[in-house]
Amino acid sequence: MAFFFQLVSLSSTSPSIYIPFKYTNIITHSSFPPTQTSSSSFNLFQPSLNLFIKFQNLQEIMLSAKVTCNSHGQDSSYFLGWEEYEKNPYDEVKNPDGIIQMGLAENQLSFDLLESWLESNPQPAAFKKHNDQSIFKELALFQDYHGLPAFKNALVKFMSEIRGNTVSFDPNNLVLTAGATSANETLMFCLADPGDAFLIPTPYYPGFDRDLKWRTGAEIVPIHCSSLNGFRITKSALEEAYKQAEKQNLKVKGVLVTNPSNPLGTSLSLHELDLLVNFITSKNIHLISDEIYSGTVFSSPSFISIMEVLKTRNLMNTEIAKRVHIVYSLSKDLGLPGFRIGAIYSNDELVVSAATKMSSFGLISSQTQYLLSEILSDKKFTQTYLSENRRRLKERHDMLVKGLQKSGGIRCLESNAGLFCWVDMRHLLSSKTFEGEMELWKKIVYEVGLNISPGSSCHCSEPGWFRVCFANMAEETLVLAMQRVTSFVDSMVVKKNNQSRHQQLLLNNRNSRRTKSLPKWVFELSFNQREVAADER
Amino acid sequence: MDIALNTTHNFLSKIATNDGHGENSPYFDGWKAYDSDPYHHETNPSGVIQMGLAENQLCFDLIQEWIGNHPEASICTPQGGFDFKEIALFQDYHGLPEFRSAIANFMSRVRGSRVQFDPDRIVMSGGATGAHETLAFCLANRGEAFLVPTPYYPGFDRDLKWRTGVELIPVVCESSNNFKVTLGALEEAYDKAKESNIKVKGLLITNPSNPLGTFYDKETLKTLVDFINEKNIHLVCDEIYAGTVTRENEFVSIAEVLEEFPTICDHNLIHIVYSLSKDMGFPGFRVGIIYSFNDTVVNIARKMSSFGLVSTQTQHMVASMLSENDFVDNFIKESRNRLAHRHDMFTRELAQVGIGSLESNAGLFFWMDLRRFLKEPTFESEMTFWRTIISEIKLNVSPGSSFHCNEPGWFRVCFANMDDATVMVALERIKSFVHETRMLEIKTMAKIKTKKQCWQNNLQLKLSSRRLEDIMSPQYSPLNSPMLRAQN
Repeated sequence: MAFFFQLVSLSSTSPSIYIPFKYTNIITHSSFPPTQTSSSSFNLFQPSLNLFIKFQNLQEIMLSAKVTCNSHGQDSSYFLGWEEYEKNPYDEVKNPDGIIQMGLAENQLSFDLLESWLESNPQPAAFKKHNDQSIFKELALFQDYHGLPAFKNALVKFMSEIRGNTVSFDPNNLVLTAGATSANETLMFCLADPGDAFLIPTPYYPGFDRDLKWRTGAEIVPIHCSSLNGFRITKSALEEAYKQAEKQNLKVKGVLVTNPSNPLGTSLSLHELDLLVNFITSKNIHLISDEIYSGTVFSSPSFISIMEVLKTRNLMNTEIAKRVHIVYSLSKDLGLPGFRIGAIYSNDELVVSAATKMSSFGLISSQTQYLLSEILSDKKFTQTYLSENRRRLKERHDMLVKGLQKSGGIRCLESNAGLFCWVDMRHLLSSKTFEGEMELWKKIVYEVGLNISPGSSCHCSEPGWFRVCFANMAEETLVLAMQRVTSFVDSMVVKKNNQSRHQQLLLNNRNSRRTKSLPKWVFELSFNQREVAADER
Repeated sequence: MDIALNTTHNFLSKIATNDGHGENSPYFDGWKAYDSDPYHHETNPSGVIQMGLAENQLCFDLIQEWIGNHPEASICTPQGGFDFKEIALFQDYHGLPEFRSAIANFMSRVRGSRVQFDPDRIVMSGGATGAHETLAFCLANRGEAFLVPTPYYPGFDRDLKWRTGVELIPVVCESSNNFKVTLGALEEAYDKAKESNIKVKGLLITNPSNPLGTFYDKETLKTLVDFINEKNIHLVCDEIYAGTVTRENEFVSIAEVLEEFPTICDHNLIHIVYSLSKDMGFPGFRVGIIYSFNDTVVNIARKMSSFGLVSTQTQHMVASMLSENDFVDNFIKESRNRLAHRHDMFTRELAQVGIGSLESNAGLFFWMDLRRFLKEPTFESEMTFWRTIISEIKLNVSPGSSFHCNEPGWFRVCFANMDDATVMVALERIKSFVHETRMLEIKTMAKIKTKKQCWQNNLQLKLSSRRLEDIMSPQYSPLNSPMLRAQN
């Protein structure tokens, strides 16, 4: 009983334990070097830092390291953009000066097609079969982790259709998961032990840090790609990353690519795919091909799935094919992220079997499986949807590219897929550093009123690139966004002329003050510790 | 071939290639037997009846009626069509606000509205399975352990241990006090872990218990809370069967204990797992819930819920259904009545042929005592007899050893996953088996005179039926139990 009172007093002297987590997010922001433009809110929370440390120590005793580490990737400054957006979201009527959300890779362009399908097919959504009999009980009780056979059949056919029916998929090799998030984590649990590593070309989807590393204990080693060749994967970059991992004493278990790439919006070339197959063959490792954007390829070159490469090279029934795994989802291609439909396709029956068992931790609602099995079995619908959706994406993409080009010649990486463009703003940076990038990004969020994603959040190795999404808003909103960019760039030109004189003055005083540019290693250290906001929200 | 297999294994992780998922256990034989020969009243009347599945099928008519009356609850009907885009795009891991409110409301009503739940503490997960794993990830590091009273749900070995690397340490409970958890048993398990240098991070209980079908009284709960508070470890209360308690007012949720005795412990140590799979009978919709009194756990578990969010289509439907209080109250009441009726009928009929069971008043199952049918009081005998039940009586029930029960001879029998007619068939099969066994025994007894074994005496006290006397007549001998036939 004495111990009991001790505990009570312990917690009453430690109010820190009750700090709402929201504040701990902000507190962690203050732990990396504030930039010159940092808002006062950083300093505001500075005094709580000690409390926070105390809080962490206390929690560490009772909770797991997973709780106290930051690999979930949501304590970063990029969160700021989201917070700002949420405080002040653009609305055509209610808040025309608000922030426009361009950091969200959502596809809202073809909902009318889905809605009209539902209108003419009311039964499946109302728990009815075509003969009007109820299927409610059957669905409510269905919890077989193999999934509804009708849904899996429809899904593999849809996957084939997206790939021009050049390859077919066996529904028995398909594992259903609650979204691609879970698919990627599950594969990592299957393929890597804690401390093993996967190589990933940069820039990459920020959510991978959470999905692949957080609970599995696996590591990510970047394959550095450069703007010089349009961020293409090269043999030397692959070898370099492999060596880097070896240097860090990490066992490399595989390579993970997104094809088409998020954030680049480009699909992998046959040459790159060949390189990858050769690489995993020679190193005896796995290849995960995340193809969740495969249905968004809207212009040439056309999409080549890793499965097609295996087939053309006659590798389908080999050990190599067994080490190739595909991640798929309907969040992007059909624009249904809320329904949590993800899938793993593997040629290795052991992986299929283990992943199927793991899918118990995140199955897809049977209600949703049933609805989607009906939608996807309607071949006339899927055909129309895929071609119309691609046409609309291309239109949007072209609008954004042209609009930016008009805004002082901002250029995008040439792309053929995705719900976003990879935009080159290097010429707008005050310094060619990630601090410069952060500075520009904050201006874009606060002054221009656009929430876009800075390249550093995608682990890009060159500052000055931004991912800009174009499919999650109305056309008029995109037009407005372009106008805002144009007037911002115009004002930048004026400011820059004044600033260069000002900077000259600053440079002269440099020795006596805290340097504007922190030493590179300081920055890189803090950068690596910092994780990034998942962009899927 | 072996070498090839090994090489492949090397490419995969230890988790993918170990048996942590628990599916290679012999208990899956029962499922396989059922799958290969499932009972159907018309097409396969001699098939195996599934009584190993804790499903609640008794109240679907109520839900179906509600759905018929509420087409707007579907986002995709003309009535609900306007919501489609918004719902389909919604992927905030906080969940639809109306969904969280409806769940909090339902959780409260299931507990007789004696306690309120804060919607902001509701974290969703992929079923209770996902909820347990998420909590294990949040509360323990690899190699650390949870104490779990036996017998316990076999799935916990997968849910809590497999991918997290966490250990489960049994708290041994015995039939002598109706499998109640005692402080002594808790201390013993805790000390044992300490001796083995395993750090205990928490205690996990199912309340009501799966497989016992019993629930904890307030005093026991207080004892448990005192224990975990003193040791400064977590308490995870799996209350997924809360709505199946047939004597409504008697169930005590851990949330009620905290409300009534706010200073009893550090609230940061208490976490509840909930789900709609049992109380509503919706396992297919994968609605699992973590309700933690610890802010940090709420926050981190919510981030982890990205790995198993509930489809917004389902969230929307559940929100509409469970926010309607008249429907909810009527459903809970009717469900309790039907479960009670089924449970009482089943156990009464079995008692008539001398088969006893642990007294229970919750769950979708009861804990059947077949100790006297075992050739020897060993788990080998239990296994042998279990195989007889499957192959001869053609019922798939679950042996106690699969629940880590430390006494052989107990079986979990599910009763809510079938219709009345199937129940009658199952009962008939059991009755005729008992009858045949007795006839055989009488015959054999005429030839061999065997002394009655004294361990049977204890059993008589536990069995309630008067006709029990017939069965327990002196002719009975374990030597002539059905295993002999099975073996010969």
